[in-house]
Amino acid sequence: MDALLHQVFAGLASGGIYASLALALVMIHNATNHINFAQGEMAMFSTYIAWSLINIGVPYWAAFVATIVISFFAAAAIERILIRPVEKAPVLTVVSVFIGLLLILNSVAGWIYTYTIKSFTSPFPSEPPFGNKFVSSHELGAIAIALFVLVAMYLFFRVTPLGLAMRAAAENPASSRLVGIRVGWMLALGWGFAGAIGAIAGMMIAPLVYLDPNMMAGIMLYAFAGALLGGIDNPWGAVIGGFLMGVLENVVGALIGTELKLTVALVLIIIVLLLRPNGLWGHKVVSRV
Amino acid sequence: MSALLEAQDLHASYGGPAILKGISFTVGEGGITTVLGANGAGKTTLLRAICGMCHRRGRVRFAGQAIENKATEDVVRLGVAHVPDGRGTFLHLTTEENLRLGAYTRHRDKTGIAHDLERVFGYFPKLKERRKQQAGTLSGGEQQMLAISRGLMLRPKLMLLDEPSFGLAPLIVQDIFRIMRAINIQDKVSILLVEQNAELALDLADTAYLMETGQVVLSGPAEQIRSDPSVRKAYLGY
Ligand SMILES: Nc1ncnc2c1ncn2[C@@H]1O[C@H](COP(=O)(O)OP(=O)(O)OP(=O)(O)O)[C@@H](O)[C@H]1O
Ligand SMILES: [Mg+2]
Repeated sequence: MDALLHQVFAGLASGGIYASLALALVMIHNATNHINFAQGEMAMFSTYIAWSLINIGVPYWAAFVATIVISFFAAAAIERILIRPVEKAPVLTVVSVFIGLLLILNSVAGWIYTYTIKSFTSPFPSEPPFGNKFVSSHELGAIAIALFVLVAMYLFFRVTPLGLAMRAAAENPASSRLVGIRVGWMLALGWGFAGAIGAIAGMMIAPLVYLDPNMMAGIMLYAFAGALLGGIDNPWGAVIGGFLMGVLENVVGALIGTELKLTVALVLIIIVLLLRPNGLWGHKVVSRV
Repeated sequence: MSALLEAQDLHASYGGPAILKGISFTVGEGGITTVLGANGAGKTTLLRAICGMCHRRGRVRFAGQAIENKATEDVVRLGVAHVPDGRGTFLHLTTEENLRLGAYTRHRDKTGIAHDLERVFGYFPKLKERRKQQAGTLSGGEQQMLAISRGLMLRPKLMLLDEPSFGLAPLIVQDIFRIMRAINIQDKVSILLVEQNAELALDLADTAYLMETGQVVLSGPAEQIRSDPSVRKAYLGY
């Protein structure tokens, strides 16, 4: 029982990270109908930026905030410079650009930082909180930060005029222009948020998986799976899907063994998608291509 | 009446063949101009050309400024509310969110927006009842009311209306035309109205243009157009 509880907490910690990344995927997907295959590498690169800052002596939380800000602007710039020109291009062209971006970020990170793994500090104490034996401080902290990010994004989209404008631009660009919304900037802003969320996710996962240019490959598989499971067009669904993936991964890992956990999790998802092709909470049936 | 909007030799296309082939027209300050024409004449394209939604060439002046090279958002920000063909509803957002988006260009003006919401609810009480309802679930008539209201929330100087009567029951159409007149008189909004319903449009407007395949074939005061024999035969049916 204790062991199971421990797995659930560990699952919620990684699940929060998958949920954040899944949300970032959904945001870009809803705005552009594209899956950002480079999301994970963007997060990885952000984490290296944080590592560099910490390495030159910047205090952790200052580096944390600076990394988020840098990642926000870098991602927005990527949208303007790389993605904008292929906005109306065929899907395969766009996918190629995403894959290209993924490879560039990966190899530039390898070139600058080498492929040897680095440890990445956690901002949280190394002893478990309140002397409990179920959850480490880092796990609890990661869960709290993920929840904070998700709630902040929710409030931003629900309450602020800018959030409303971003939802409008994603749904109906033509009508959005007719009320004076600068749709192009809304897309860049969406990318900025996706970059910032990715940075946070990367900095939270790195203490657990160590830092190397390929660190996000496995993570993104779970995040993609979570987004598909919940519904790639539904932010709520994707977030819940992300958490589910985290818990599933850890519990299955404990029950069956870590070699098979990814396989089992993916098989479960394939079954769900066969029964509900749009995910558990997805609604769009048609795909605009 | 001085001209609020003035187009000269306006050409437009969607990248292929020319759809507008050199059109000139004006909308007077405080006036209502209507554009009539058969399906495919280019009426919708005319409205799109004004606010930069298609390729265009020629001169367009609005309130003394050249706007023929301005992006859609920038034309809108000058005070041009375009109520588009098909209504352009944000289907997944609520009625109120649709209306708030109409006021996006002045979203910091909280009290003004609250005041304007009440004003459009005064024109269209139905919308107040549907305030929290997803706009995609509104009826066609309600969505047309919503589209006009969304335009009003901009506090425009000029409204471009694309067939507001399309697909609506006669009673609702009358309602909407009554309110357009009120908007014109009370809110001092000038109007450029594209319509198939020539009877109602000529009643409302002071100036009318008749379009055929991308060109103006007849123009003048609405009264005069109404009594033109060919218009009577083709558009009024008597
Ligand atoms: N997005 C578009 N791309 C290419 N051609 C278009 C587009 N929209 C309209 N057209 C063409 O432009 C011409 C004029 O269309 P437009 O919609 O302006 O006519 P209209 O007078 O508004 O007609 P209706 O009364 O049916 O609304 C038509 O031949 C149409 O096929
Ligand atoms: Mg039309």
